Amino acid sequence: MTDFQQAQQTDFQQKALTLAGQQESPAWLAALRFEGSEQWLNADWPSRRTELWKYTPLQALQKNTSATWSRVLPQGVGSASLLTVDALRLVFVNGVYDPEGSNVGIASADHTSVVRFSSANAEQRSLIEKHLGRIVNTQRHLFASLSNAWVQDGVLVHVPRNAVLEKPVYVVYVSTPESEPVIANHRLLVVLEDGAQAELIEHFVSDTQPQNSFVNALTEISIAANASLQHYRINLEQEQQIHIGGVHIDLQRDARYSGFTIAEGSTLKRIDYQINHRGNGAHASLNGVYLPRNNQIVDYHTNVEHWAPHCTTSEVFRGIIGDSARAVFNGRILIHPDAQKTLAELSNRNLLTSDKAEVDTKPELEIYADDVKCAHGATVSQLDQTAMYYLQSRGVSKALARTMLSFGFINELLQELPQVAVRNYLQHHLTELFHTGTALE
Amino acid sequence: MLEIRNLNARVEGADILRNLSLTIKPGEVHAIMGPNGSGKSTLGNVLTGRPGYEVTSGEVLFNGQDLLALEIEERSREGLFLAFQYPVEIPGVTNMEFLKASVDARRKHLGLPDLSSFDFMKLARETSKKVSLDAAFLKRGVNEGFSGGEKKRNEIMQMMLLEPSLCILDETDSGLDIDALQVVASGVNAMRDDKRSFIIVTHYQRLLDYIVPDHVHVLAGGRIVKSGGKELAHELEAKGYSWLEDEVA
Repeated sequence: MTDFQQAQQTDFQQKALTLAGQQESPAWLAALRFEGSEQWLNADWPSRRTELWKYTPLQALQKNTSATWSRVLPQGVGSASLLTVDALRLVFVNGVYDPEGSNVGIASADHTSVVRFSSANAEQRSLIEKHLGRIVNTQRHLFASLSNAWVQDGVLVHVPRNAVLEKPVYVVYVSTPESEPVIANHRLLVVLEDGAQAELIEHFVSDTQPQNSFVNALTEISIAANASLQHYRINLEQEQQIHIGGVHIDLQRDARYSGFTIAEGSTLKRIDYQINHRGNGAHASLNGVYLPRNNQIVDYHTNVEHWAPHCTTSEVFRGIIGDSARAVFNGRILIHPDAQKTLAELSNRNLLTSDKAEVDTKPELEIYADDVKCAHGATVSQLDQTAMYYLQSRGVSKALARTMLSFGFINELLQELPQVAVRNYLQHHLTELFHTGTALE
Repeated sequence: MLEIRNLNARVEGADILRNLSLTIKPGEVHAIMGPNGSGKSTLGNVLTGRPGYEVTSGEVLFNGQDLLALEIEERSREGLFLAFQYPVEIPGVTNMEFLKASVDARRKHLGLPDLSSFDFMKLARETSKKVSLDAAFLKRGVNEGFSGGEKKRNEIMQMMLLEPSLCILDETDSGLDIDALQVVASGVNAMRDDKRSFIIVTHYQRLLDYIVPDHVHVLAGGRIVKSGGKELAHELEAKGYSWLEDEVA
């Protein structure tokens, strides 16, 4: 690595930290911001030799040394398509809260469960202080320290003991290009008390113009005993949008997490899931889909750690990689010595629809307990030739047969989604995507 | 309708069909019988253009057209249909989508307008009733989790929807109980007319009690070693195939 590159990297860290320092933030978040700043600045910038970033270079991000941040709500955002869902909706545009697009602020008396950090009451504040930045492991997640350094506002979803959130929480993060590239840091904290239930939809979306911003989105989730969360995270931004995201989940005794994530690719898109089974009998399922095409990259890193006995994990990721695109899937399941009677399954299947498409898949199973049942597997293949023949033998053209089989490969996961609004939205989106043919050949 | 002349075909380097010739006229039902490994299924696969089945020489005319020069999907649109011995499961693609795509393709080829989704649903429901498949099957993945009999009935349903001019049934009777066999047979019989032809590939005579053929051919070693009327099927049932194989040798 040359001195010149070294200097560039430091520039970006410096620049981002300067911008972080400009954020107006309540005093009670100062300690976290300070801690984040220290870590961000002292962190070694990832290189090709850094295992966690081996296949995903950060060059595209480093160019952002002239970046700024949005001080006012950008106007004229029109073309982003949202879900049609009856939900408690919060909208942020380039990181700025949009009261017009949101519907929770006005009914705060009814919806005390969903609040922005900036309007949190004393009780909510102490919840935030207790959990924010404490579920994520910043040693392993560099961009979480930037998020901590930057934190000024964010969303708290808090569901008290044995309560059920009456509607899904729908958080929309819109990106729109501005004259200078902007950095937006999104922060979400979910705290479910014992026996609570909630549904959360996070939707990252942009208008169709070429984007120039960097989104760093960190979600932390604490699920207490017997509580359960249904969580969707949808990443369908325009392909020049840089996105680095992380979801970090702690599960206590008999807690249940059921997650689904989908991402199209971009210049740089990296999403991490960290799931910690901390209490006996917890269950996590996570299904994911990635669909990079053109020259895009999608990188999913998932890390599930079983710290307690009798927990179960089920994880299924599928990808279709087209054109000259690249996907990275790194799925790690780590069974610590105390986690006896663990049941864990991980499957990753990839479909390459072009000779130039590439996937680096690495399922990793590390087991330090002796009485567990674990299975993992990864495949990379082309479309099933027998199925192609079957469709064609019924008069279906080769091109349409490819489209149908590709859609079917993903639709197997979509059709299981319990939230009908998400299911319909994604099925419709994928039908359009595949019929344009860009994901194929 | 169909004229096969001196057809030779190879699968994975092995010669399976040797100088096979066969002429089928409109409205005729031909049964092709023969022991396992005689090339019965290969014939259907070669005619429909299955990848991996290589024609080394010979020609096939389908309504006067060079069949072997056509793409797989073009053969279907021209009116050729193969009911698969092992229908393929395609999870994630609903039966309804699949059927609509194939009917759309055939209709377009015939210069007919697309059916609206509503009209197609109606047609699909009516047809599924004819083969005793619950309409709920339409919403499931193609053949996904279907029993053997359900898969075969689904094949017959596709045949009914596509209204092909030449239907090849590849061991459609294998693995069917007597009820399903009757459903399949009555489906075929309802479609018989003086224009539509059938090739019934089967190992057993049983299906031919329900679908009475005009001609019966015995395939052995990749060629037709004996042809006759429907009574030949009974003879085979009584005597087995070995006497024919001996005769050929």
